[in-house]
Amino acid sequence: MKRLAIALMLLTAAPAWAADPSEMLKDPVLEKKAEDLGHELRCLVCQNESIEDSNADLARDLRVIVRERIAKGETPDQVKQYVVDRYGDYVLLKPPFKVTTLVLWLGPFALLLLGGFAAFAVFRRRGTAAGQPQAAPLSAEEKRRLDAMLKDNGQ
Amino acid sequence: MRRLLYLAPVALFGVLALFFLKGLTMNPRDIPSVLINRPVPEMNLAPLPGRGEDTGLATADLKGRVSLVNIYGSWCIACVQEHPFLVKIKQMGIVPIHGIDWRDDPAEGAKWLKKHGDPYDRVGVDPAPGRTAIDFGVTGAPETFVVDKAGIIRYKHIGPVNQDVWDNTLLPIIKELSK
Repeated sequence: MKRLAIALMLLTAAPAWAADPSEMLKDPVLEKKAEDLGHELRCLVCQNESIEDSNADLARDLRVIVRERIAKGETPDQVKQYVVDRYGDYVLLKPPFKVTTLVLWLGPFALLLLGGFAAFAVFRRRGTAAGQPQAAPLSAEEKRRLDAMLKDNGQ
Repeated sequence: MRRLLYLAPVALFGVLALFFLKGLTMNPRDIPSVLINRPVPEMNLAPLPGRGEDTGLATADLKGRVSLVNIYGSWCIACVQEHPFLVKIKQMGIVPIHGIDWRDDPAEGAKWLKKHGDPYDRVGVDPAPGRTAIDFGVTGAPETFVVDKAGIIRYKHIGPVNQDVWDNTLLPIIKELSK
């Protein structure tokens, strides 16, 4: 009975959200918009958490302001721009694709391509070196001896 | 030529190692401010109680001469460490310091200044959710902004100001801007 009770409690335990119910918007559609946006915004204090996940005061302030603006009818992109205007691209957990981030986005693919070419070149060279028979054709004398041996074996 | 090719991975490793080595010496708290060379945000902050004729801090107050804007709060531990040096800057009389009491109970903010000394010309209160601090792109307290005569933000220092920061960073900028 006790075990069952504990199991039930564990099952029903909800994950602890940083956004406490008092912060949440009443309209579930708007709240969802605000939450989705909040998950893309970096908490400036903890740096690797989103403002939705963080308990820092500054993250809380930003959650409140994000919701205020969403409730006023701003689109998530407008709200995102508001935050980026103040904190720069740094605040976006997913950096935007632009000239200054080109290396960041394309670098891994460039390296993969480079590695691929290198591997291709190495393996092809190795393949040709090992795969081609390089022995010279048998001379007449060798052929005669080989035939003799094969004949001996057959008997 | 072939031998050079074998050196390529070593060279690549060398370059990466240099990047990582540089990364070790960088402070992840130093987030470049996007507000440098932009005008001070629009604000009109209420004064702290008991500071005489102080009318608070508004955007227009930061025009006319080079000034410092310091973000503090009575809850901020690093501010206690920084504060004696701010008092020293006030005594030097080179540049006025304005304070923004961030996310604070004004009564507590005023009490804190009584206890630790009051280096500020003007103080504005920015209660939670700290809209003005967010307009300044503040990531934590203390932070100190250097504002030029035209009311444009020219520099932001994250963390406590001390003699070293003052001598090597803030003072040269202030001198340059005061010309």
